[in-house]
Amino acid sequence: MTSTIDRTGSGDSTPAGAAAATDNGPAKPKSGGFTAAASNYLEDRTSISGVVKEFGRKIFPDHWSFMLGEVALYSFVVIILSGTFLTFFFQASMVETHYDGAFVPMKGVEMSAAMESALHISFDVRGGLLVRQIHHWAALLFIAAIGLHMLRVFFTGAFRKPRELNWVIGFLLFVLAMAEGFTGYSLPDDLLSGNGLRIIDGLIKGIPVIGTWTSFLLFGGEFPGTAIVGRLYTLHILLLPAILVAFLALHLVFVIVHKHTQYAGAGRTNNNVVGYPILPVYAAKAGGFFFLVFGVIALMASFFTINPIWNYGPYDPSPVSAGTQPDWYIGFADGALRLIPPGWEFVWLDHTWSINIIVPVIALVGLLAAVAAYPFIEGWVTGDKREHHILDRPRNAPTRTAIGAAGVTFYAGLWAAASSDLMATHFQLSIEGVIHTIQAWVVLGPFLAFFVTKRVCIALMKKDREIVLHGFESGRIVRLPGGEYIEVHEQVDDYERWRLVDYEVYEPIMLRPNAKGQITPGMRFRSRVSRWFFEDRIAPAQQQELESGHGHHGTHGDGTDHSLEEGPGLTKP
Amino acid sequence: MAHDEVSGHDSAASDSSAVETSRAASTGTAVIASDVVNPGEPPHRKRVTDLDPKKAKHAQRTVYTLFYLSIAGSIFALAAYMAFPIEDGDIAAIRLNNLFIGVGSALALFGIGLGAVHWGKALMADKEGIDERHPIRGTQATRDRAVEIFHEADQESGFGRRTLIRNSLIGALVAFPLPGLVLFRGWAPQDEDPVELLSHTMWKKGSRLTLDPSGIPVKASDVTIGSVFHIIPEGLNERHDLLEQKAKAAVLLMRLNPDDLTISPGREDWSYDGIVAYSKICTHVGCPVALYEQQTHHLLCPCHQSTFDVTKECEVIFGPAKRPLPQLPIEVDSEGYLVARSDFNEPVGPSFWERS
Amino acid sequence: MARRSRKASRRHPLATVVLIAIGLVVTGGGYAAFSSTTTATADTEITSQAVIDEGEKLFAANCATCHGMSLEGTDDGPALIGVGAASVNFQVGTGRMPMAMQGPQAMQKPTQFTDEQTLALAAYVASISPGPAIPDESLLQADGDAANGGELFRINCAMCHNVAGAGGALTEGKYAPELTGVLATHIYEAMLTGPQNMPVFNDDNLTPEDKRDIITYLKYIENNPSPGGYELGALGPVAEGLFAWIFGLGAIIGLMVWLTAKSN
Repeated sequence: MTSTIDRTGSGDSTPAGAAAATDNGPAKPKSGGFTAAASNYLEDRTSISGVVKEFGRKIFPDHWSFMLGEVALYSFVVIILSGTFLTFFFQASMVETHYDGAFVPMKGVEMSAAMESALHISFDVRGGLLVRQIHHWAALLFIAAIGLHMLRVFFTGAFRKPRELNWVIGFLLFVLAMAEGFTGYSLPDDLLSGNGLRIIDGLIKGIPVIGTWTSFLLFGGEFPGTAIVGRLYTLHILLLPAILVAFLALHLVFVIVHKHTQYAGAGRTNNNVVGYPILPVYAAKAGGFFFLVFGVIALMASFFTINPIWNYGPYDPSPVSAGTQPDWYIGFADGALRLIPPGWEFVWLDHTWSINIIVPVIALVGLLAAVAAYPFIEGWVTGDKREHHILDRPRNAPTRTAIGAAGVTFYAGLWAAASSDLMATHFQLSIEGVIHTIQAWVVLGPFLAFFVTKRVCIALMKKDREIVLHGFESGRIVRLPGGEYIEVHEQVDDYERWRLVDYEVYEPIMLRPNAKGQITPGMRFRSRVSRWFFEDRIAPAQQQELESGHGHHGTHGDGTDHSLEEGPGLTKP
Repeated sequence: MAHDEVSGHDSAASDSSAVETSRAASTGTAVIASDVVNPGEPPHRKRVTDLDPKKAKHAQRTVYTLFYLSIAGSIFALAAYMAFPIEDGDIAAIRLNNLFIGVGSALALFGIGLGAVHWGKALMADKEGIDERHPIRGTQATRDRAVEIFHEADQESGFGRRTLIRNSLIGALVAFPLPGLVLFRGWAPQDEDPVELLSHTMWKKGSRLTLDPSGIPVKASDVTIGSVFHIIPEGLNERHDLLEQKAKAAVLLMRLNPDDLTISPGREDWSYDGIVAYSKICTHVGCPVALYEQQTHHLLCPCHQSTFDVTKECEVIFGPAKRPLPQLPIEVDSEGYLVARSDFNEPVGPSFWERS
Repeated sequence: MARRSRKASRRHPLATVVLIAIGLVVTGGGYAAFSSTTTATADTEITSQAVIDEGEKLFAANCATCHGMSLEGTDDGPALIGVGAASVNFQVGTGRMPMAMQGPQAMQKPTQFTDEQTLALAAYVASISPGPAIPDESLLQADGDAANGGELFRINCAMCHNVAGAGGALTEGKYAPELTGVLATHIYEAMLTGPQNMPVFNDDNLTPEDKRDIITYLKYIENNPSPGGYELGALGPVAEGLFAWIFGLGAIIGLMVWLTAKSN
């Protein structure tokens, strides 16, 4: 370790020296000193040098969007650190007690031991409130970072072979994170979390056949009972984190096995990965980034209140607060419940069918299932069995991007519905109007988003092609000897051009009889889906077009009016 | 594995040929790719810290200053911990304790983070490397050996041959978790039936309507027009299962002009001179429906915005709920206090399967 | 603010107690001084015929169009018989009356009348037909039991006004207003008279002491900023979620872009 620092120190002023130092390969002291003795000791017992040799210089590509997963990872580390501190003080018990702490408006109020200990952490333990707020802010960021990370992976096609399984693992992490969040939200046993549990109880009771008994078992009798906080606590600090850590480890192992994807660029191919080595640059940046993420969370926790349980008071089934909402990541579920029109419930076969519960539950499960299954659906449509390590730019996969946009629109509608009451008060609207608007949005919005996104993607692909073939508009107007004015187009350099052309488009499947000479309905369906996916596409420019394009351009006769539609680029079946 | 030193162009050329072979593999549908040649790594651009020793010195100074700042932040947080004790229960002191310990810690964290990243960006060797990828799938030899091992294991154990052993083992493995699963029945009391419990509340004939939370009984004359009273049954506060009972028995009491009320047959004597009592527990998923508008006579649930019309026996006029709020039949006893005539005539709260 | 408070805490432990005492004396005293004049007016002059006459003139000029010349009400406004001085003082004193236009509910606006004129109007309306009077100063000092007030507030008020008094939505475009910055008199009068769609909380439902306790609680949370820092409008998880996404993740993404950008 020391020797590494020495070398970097000497490399500061003389860059050549640094390069010479790193040429020697991973810093492994060969003799002398405590460091050498220690590393020898370790090596003799662990064979650790093999790990260093294998991973010490592993290359990671550099792009800001590749850091989103790390934000999630680091938030999780912060959550574990702060959560461990909280467990030393929190009492997961619903035994009734009377508050006798610092906060005057709670003095003598009857509450559960859980609420009392949460207030104790906030008001009587120095720094306890800070840790509570760090824990909660980090939880919000954790799930938000997972969400953004998933969007990045989706829109760049990073889920394609060989990474489909890792997508599913990541999806499970997302679901586990939401479960962790909800169980944690319910622990303080305050009015807000109690009403959240009441909603969950009502939701479970509405599930056909098993609902009543599931709720009865979960709450250990009638709602709210005296068991639920203890049970959620076991889930929150033991079971869910254990599963989460296991999947997280698996997720990271796969990242190493697959090596990271990279964006198209000069020198980058499907068979290499270009970037910085783990030691030292990546370790410094990624390690430093942990402290930056932690720092942002610490700043938020020191300046901004989160979940002021002392305002909400202890849970009691009679009161409720205006603006009772779940934390943001459960918002889409709460919104789905709000959007159901009146009257969706009936009695049939002597049983109560709560369609107003069943439909949102099915919609949410369906949405999540679609997210989990998407890599396999797209793989089935393309039939592409190759490995993909170069990321798509979202525009170059218009149908996928449009599907993603539709999904985001749908999710956003549900999410917005969960804050319908706040939208009504803050924009002076009627709550009924807000709900009706969002109902229309959730039904129609995804189609609109699909259409608009797909058109925008194709337009952007056309623009890229135009730039590759004819350069970009320089803004310089030149008058030709004949009196004609043209705008001079400047060619992009080779590296930029490669970035713009290094993509592939699929053609729709041709419907051909199989070996038995049949065309099955399944084949027909797949060909129809394939057509829907790939019918509209802009092919990347070919070398020959490029040359003719250059020639064209050389005459300066080629203005902006050159129509793409004439070119071979736009392929329609 | 890791190519430490690769000069862009050569490797790009060799790699692109490898791409062609891999892309020729199995594409499913036809694929159109560009045949433009990968130009290889762009020329390396040196940083100012590489070119100008003075800038490098400056960067070095920035990095160690940040690390020292981090130490200062940690010390500041420690000092804040001691300077803002909160034992005296002063809210303002808690705010300062939170703020200054937090700011100190944030400074400590940012110092390390910014310093390390700046060090990595500006001072560490700016040399991109290239790793070669290999197919995730193992070599044919490895795969053949794996298959062989399984085969050998099967032969040596007789797993495939001795079907009686195998099938009985599978059966035993399926059966053994069952007792464990059944144990979870213990999550809820063995001798209670949820359907029975959900069908009744602690209201019974003659229970007085009392104020939430004090338990003071309410007289009919106390309830003026436009009032809303949050009601619990008499004796609730003495119950050991207070919250479970309250979660079913909470009631909202309102007085309207009797002419405004539409009363259906059979319910004529459920109210008293315009005073009506309805369950406070939403028939959607059970939030307390407590937002009473005294002019429109709407009852709104703040959780999912189900709206009930008190003048029409609390039928749903907006939102996801389906059923009206159950009405508690009330009358006045000899001393003028409001009492229940009976329990609710249907289960209160959210719907459940066996409710029908 | 931070610097000032730090000084306060350096004089710990008695400093804070003393400060609170001083604060209470100053605000309470100022309050008392300010409101003693109004009580005096209410006690001595409210019955005087001159004041009632002035109120009658103001009423005829500003209110009678909607509420009728003899408080009987019209299609545009309800009858005011039996509403009492408390109701008038609340509606006019908070600027809700006269209404600017018909809408889902009367909005709070800058007041159109001076305190004296408001009291004159109240005296006039009360003289025609008696009703709830303007509350006694002793109940408005925010010196009751905050814990009891908090519990009553959560049961009777929080479902509309939010547990922190941040307000909330009602049906058809109506809303329950924010309670921070509202005068204790007006809070009391609102509970007593049930303005617009707010229900009435008469003295059998919430006793005068209960109302005092509720005011105590509201003033406590108003005067003691959240120990956790800035409250984001006390709107709960929606505000927290938006903040985490926009500012939390926004800041982190900014750092990410810096981190991965090539150094100069």
